[in-house]
Amino acid sequence: MHDKTLTELAAALAAGEFSSRELTEALLARIDRLDGELNSFITVTADAALEAADRADQARASGQAGPLTGLPLALKDIFCTQGVRTSCGSRMLDNFVSPYDASVVEKLAAAGSVSLGKTNMDEFAMGSSNENSYYGPVKNPWDLAAVPGGSSGGSAAAVAAGLVPAALGTDTGGSIRQPAAFCGITGLKPTYGRVSRYGMVAYASSLDQAGPMARSAEDCALLLGAIAGHDLRDSTSVARGVPDYRETLEASLSGLKIGLPKEYFGDGLSPAVESAVREAIRVYESLGASVREVSLPHTDLAIPAYYVIAPAEASSNLSRFDGVRFGHRCENPTDLIDLYKRSRAEGFGEEVKRRILIGTHTLSEGFFDAYYKKAQQVRRLIRQDFIDAFEDVDVLMGPASPTPAFDLGAKSDPVAMYLQDVYTIAINLAGIPGLSVPAGFANGRPVGLQILGPHFAEARLLNVAHRFQQSTDWHRRQPAFGKENA
Amino acid sequence: MQWEAVIGLEVHVQLATQSKIFSGASTAFGAEPNTQACAVDLGLPGVLPVLNEGAVAMAVKFGLGIDAEIPETSIFDRKNYFYPDLPKGYQTSQMYQPIVGPGEVEITLDDGSAKRIRVHHAHLEEDAGKSLHEDYHGMTGIDLNRAGTPLLEIVSEPDMRSAKEAAAYLKAIHAIVTYLGISDGNMAEGSMRCDVNVSVRPRGQASLGTRAEVKNVNSFRFVERAIAFEIERQVELLEDGGSVIQETRLYDPENDETRSMRTKEEANDYRYFPCPDLLPVVLDQAYVDHLRASLPELPSEKRARFQNELGLSAYDASVLSSSRAMAEYFEAVKDAGGDAKLAANWVQVELAGRLNKEGLDIADSPVSAAQLGGLVARVKDETINGKAAKKVFAALWDGEGDTADSIIDAQGLRQVTDSGAIEAMVDQVIADSPVQVAQYREADPDKRGKMIGYFVGQVMKASRGTANPQQVNALLKDKLDNA
Repeated sequence: MHDKTLTELAAALAAGEFSSRELTEALLARIDRLDGELNSFITVTADAALEAADRADQARASGQAGPLTGLPLALKDIFCTQGVRTSCGSRMLDNFVSPYDASVVEKLAAAGSVSLGKTNMDEFAMGSSNENSYYGPVKNPWDLAAVPGGSSGGSAAAVAAGLVPAALGTDTGGSIRQPAAFCGITGLKPTYGRVSRYGMVAYASSLDQAGPMARSAEDCALLLGAIAGHDLRDSTSVARGVPDYRETLEASLSGLKIGLPKEYFGDGLSPAVESAVREAIRVYESLGASVREVSLPHTDLAIPAYYVIAPAEASSNLSRFDGVRFGHRCENPTDLIDLYKRSRAEGFGEEVKRRILIGTHTLSEGFFDAYYKKAQQVRRLIRQDFIDAFEDVDVLMGPASPTPAFDLGAKSDPVAMYLQDVYTIAINLAGIPGLSVPAGFANGRPVGLQILGPHFAEARLLNVAHRFQQSTDWHRRQPAFGKENA
Repeated sequence: MQWEAVIGLEVHVQLATQSKIFSGASTAFGAEPNTQACAVDLGLPGVLPVLNEGAVAMAVKFGLGIDAEIPETSIFDRKNYFYPDLPKGYQTSQMYQPIVGPGEVEITLDDGSAKRIRVHHAHLEEDAGKSLHEDYHGMTGIDLNRAGTPLLEIVSEPDMRSAKEAAAYLKAIHAIVTYLGISDGNMAEGSMRCDVNVSVRPRGQASLGTRAEVKNVNSFRFVERAIAFEIERQVELLEDGGSVIQETRLYDPENDETRSMRTKEEANDYRYFPCPDLLPVVLDQAYVDHLRASLPELPSEKRARFQNELGLSAYDASVLSSSRAMAEYFEAVKDAGGDAKLAANWVQVELAGRLNKEGLDIADSPVSAAQLGGLVARVKDETINGKAAKKVFAALWDGEGDTADSIIDAQGLRQVTDSGAIEAMVDQVIADSPVQVAQYREADPDKRGKMIGYFVGQVMKASRGTANPQQVNALLKDKLDNA
């Protein structure tokens, strides 16, 4: 049962083929057997999962089952979970047990889903390889020498390895789409404001967005419907109705206008990835879509702008981790300054410190206008690029990442790592939704096709991805890892 | 050399919302530490602020109350610094686009003249918690009950020239916010706190001197004293050939002095930037108009009405409009008593004097406005004379009766105006005082005015203070002069 989609599992539960408890036990056993090697979970909440599964089975028995009842999920360890450690991949929060649930966690629990635990991630969501975790790197189930991508690497690897059918991730500059691409699963970053950020540990507040990571677009549609919507506790969530994303999955793509941003097919793109992406686009043409080249002229400014805005917000967001009220506190502080300095020096990893320093610098007096203000101006230009492009086309397509998953330890230079996100970062700056679907392999490692749409066009993206998945079977491929004795 | 002080004030007013500016926790004063701090106030990972609309409405009302510009859009910024009682490591405030733009406040000077003090802007922000240093065995306790309490920071232009003007400005701000009902104005509980910027310059010089900012000046009296100290300190420095350095100083009320906290070089770089968790506040005209329509009569309007319509002196009008409680009390006395000048006199002299002596606030007066109004009515219709009125007031203060009328009846204080009865008493006194009558009649007419007092006193005594003094006087004069 570990290789089924959420939709298939829901049907099997409804048909009584097995109970949620049986399903949960099977997956917990699989995690137990395989995750020592994969390291995709930071915390497995087996007891709570079994209790939730029993409640789901009872609800089903009394005729009160909804679409998510009894379905196992995993949560990136950035979502606050009441009574369960919420580490954010950091030593700083290794001892932090949240006293409250994030809004999306509440929603998923209320819908009857079963959380198996909290997945590994780059510390405070800062990273593109999941190598920045206090809990150690996550392996890519397609090739244990490769990274799973990041920062939602644990969620992606767990879904790809069949440890859980779907998981929540978060995406600030590509952290859902890039690991989804690297692990051969489907991942959606919704429009900024579509999903509540309440209870999601903040990295860069104006860019962070939670979204589903699963084995199909259909599953993403199911999950997005459950977590989207206005939240009075998040002023940046948008008061706008949530459609049933599953209803429009089957819409015809005949006449769909696809734009290929020429900037996304330039230098640095691996030929193997490009060829897989172009092959996928031919599939769309065969489904009746038309393709044209478009331009997003400010693409080359996206990474510089992002690495001003995101660290600036992070430097402020992470100030609360000061050793005073929660989180890591150094031993025997001699005075207040010593308490701050050592608690933070010990609690944060290298990449987090790097971004705090960058952000502190760019916000400083005398630098603010040159960096932060300028970056915000660039951000408006980038957003306008997309708005202009969507005047002419319905969706944009391109690679989710310039290369397939790279080897663990291969990118020791931070800037080389930052450049990994060249195709994903602008989407967060613009606030539009983006989705990655499996579109083949390059050198045995998965390739992701990225599909972009205008603000709040999630239904269209899911429809476009779903029709592709009806014509291809890339998303049904399973890694060899964990297959024997499955 | 003649020196001139230049003073500007930053007044922090705690807004009287039920809940905090960005969370649903209560703002009530005096609870057990950390019982009124929710996840948002504690700055737990993942929490987000949600702006309290009540705080916005109060800030806008203040702006309208000082005729300020109300910008359509205002923006919250983060002011970043580390401090143990600042849970998030930043204070959410408004640096670049405040909710209230330029306005002005009128103050009354000692000579009764008015002066306008310009307000640069007012902005919304959240308060921090408190560090508690006592009773923790050398450690520091943190109480976050106050964290997230809404504050309106009102920043004046450097328009004040003396400690007295600064105190008058602070009183004017206090009156406005209490009239508007947007703050309880309780300075002892920290509902209004004040930082003062002071510099001095030779009189006639246009450019400003180097200023010092004095923090923690939290009463009207301390404002005057801290500024007076600071002016003297700076003038002494300059006259001794030194120079004032730009720094932040702390006022110590116990020793009545200011002390250096940090110099400009040690100042924080707060790294302000727009708070990405909060949307810009956009106010449409209808909302502002609705708030404008809800404004009560403000101190300056009340003062003008007291002068122009009630005929009070500038001084009386100013004092009686100085606080909402005082103005409401006075107006109630006036309405019940039927005479504005009498009412003003009784509130200002007898009541204020007694309250002052007992150290009571007008809100705690044992004599209600209705009771005092009843007394004024009886003075006005001459049921009692001034002397009896003071007795009635004392009895009301001591709770010896519910109304002036009941006390007048119980003590038999009703004024005797029956001329026959008064004449009989006058005749009796004249008959009983032959020596004094003879002296009076021998005296020069210009000395008689003084001498008649003796006879008036005797008649009043005979009447137990109830005879109408004017009638007594007239009758005595007639009978003594024309015998």
